[in-house]
Amino acid sequence: MRLDFSVLLLTTLIGVGQGFFLALFTVQLYALFGLLASQDGPMFYAHGSLISFAFLVAGLVASFFHLGRPARAWRAAAMWRTSWLSREVIVLPAFMGIVFSFGAAHFVDFRFVLATLPSGIAIDSTVMLGVLGTVLAFALFVCTAMIYACLPFLREWASTLTVINYILLGGASGFTLAAAFASWIASDLTRFFAGWALIITLLGLASRVASLIRNARLKPKSSLQTAIGIKHPRIAQKAMGFMGGSFNTLEFMHGKSNAVLRSVKWVFLAAAFALPVLLLAATLAGAPAGLLTLAFVVQYVGLLAERWFFFAQANHPQNLYYQAVA
Amino acid sequence: MTQLALVIDLNVCVGCHACVTSCKQWNTSGSAGPLADFEPYGKDPSGVFFNRVQTFEVGEYPNTQTVHFPKSCLHCEDPPCVPVCPTGASYKRASDGIVLVDYDKCIGCKYCAWACPYGAREVDSERKVMTKCTLCVDRIYSEELPEAERKPACVMACPTSARLFGDIHDPDSEVSLAIRDNAGYALMPEWGTHPANHYVPRRKTPMHIHEDELVRVDNPLKVDRLLPKPAKSEPSLDDVMSW
Repeated sequence: MRLDFSVLLLTTLIGVGQGFFLALFTVQLYALFGLLASQDGPMFYAHGSLISFAFLVAGLVASFFHLGRPARAWRAAAMWRTSWLSREVIVLPAFMGIVFSFGAAHFVDFRFVLATLPSGIAIDSTVMLGVLGTVLAFALFVCTAMIYACLPFLREWASTLTVINYILLGGASGFTLAAAFASWIASDLTRFFAGWALIITLLGLASRVASLIRNARLKPKSSLQTAIGIKHPRIAQKAMGFMGGSFNTLEFMHGKSNAVLRSVKWVFLAAAFALPVLLLAATLAGAPAGLLTLAFVVQYVGLLAERWFFFAQANHPQNLYYQAVA
Repeated sequence: MTQLALVIDLNVCVGCHACVTSCKQWNTSGSAGPLADFEPYGKDPSGVFFNRVQTFEVGEYPNTQTVHFPKSCLHCEDPPCVPVCPTGASYKRASDGIVLVDYDKCIGCKYCAWACPYGAREVDSERKVMTKCTLCVDRIYSEELPEAERKPACVMACPTSARLFGDIHDPDSEVSLAIRDNAGYALMPEWGTHPANHYVPRRKTPMHIHEDELVRVDNPLKVDRLLPKPAKSEPSLDDVMSW
């Protein structure tokens, strides 16, 4: 498949925003149960939510560029009963609203106590917003991934691993950004975030490698025989019906050689996983915290390459009809 | 329930592309506006077509068959392109089973094209919306046309009648008979899309020659059998002529 750069940016940017929000709320939950020191003052969460919100807005803006008619984008919320894309269109703004409210509630210190646990822990409005945001963050990961995973004949995508990858890769980049963020403003959380970022990046590596292995072993279900319905082992296309370009010959092929595809695979395995793991581990071992910013930048670039590869690797069965110009 | 569809007879199609050009002509002249055409006479032309004729060679020389294969939207009975559409622009009509795009609702996200295993949909990059074969929905119900012409433009244009049009849910229709009697089949059945359009395969036309066709049974004198046959010792005609 050929892909729009805007879709690449959309899926990676909102992944960072979601992961970063999950990182923020993880800290609040830990603090709620006394496992971490609570962050004094509202600014940690307010600034953090603002960063998460900015990534989500950037992703949303990027998404408009792959539409032919962006002015009608509001219509895309209509078919949520059947379409994962429609569900994403609903969940993304809802999640953005919660992230914004979460940050705003912390900023103005709006802590309306809704319930008190038997142990005396107060569940206030910021916690409820955080829980709601967490649910929506995961819902958004599932929606985004299912847009691709629900197409059965794009067999490289039609797998649970696609959903797991979107969750883990978004989470990894968000937690790495959170580690860098902590190193800028609240240094006592740097190791906490870096540790989780390391763990999630390694989990992401495991699931991404699992999907690479799965995809390498896929055998195509469709063939030229089923495409034109003629049972003969030797069929060769002599003409596709036109000699100029068309949507069919441009949209479904990435147009790069297999060598490029293979090298992008190694680039993303290095940049999205190996290098960030090394940098995170180095910081945990005492290297300067400035490396965390580098880790995030490298990982983000790696995830762009990963997403490009994800799209390029998908082999659309319609390509069977377009194998020879004339 | 009605399910309008095309049945394409690969045994008869000669690959003349008349269905392609008539389709383009009709659909570019309709009320939905012209189909995109970029540099139609230039070096690298491109544009939107709802129907294409492709050519395949089956077998290995000298035992080959050239198969011309017209391909357009198959109007699947379970179309994978419809549920994925986020706006509801892509829909299947309950009344006649035609899969259509509402050009006023389409946002041009191309997701439906990704969801079609046949590559039947094309984005019109001038109108910025998804387009596809409409089964000439603006012809087949048009009261301005004589009744005999209320068929898709491609069906009207086909010089060999390789394209049949009708309701495949009506067991007595021409298309149902063609599918049933001539082993009509659907494309890529492995994806469960249940295409409404069917293809009728190539058929051998064997010639059976019986003994009584070589020898005239109604000839009372059996003249055929009384042809002069020289004895083996006599010179043959060849020997005579080679002098």
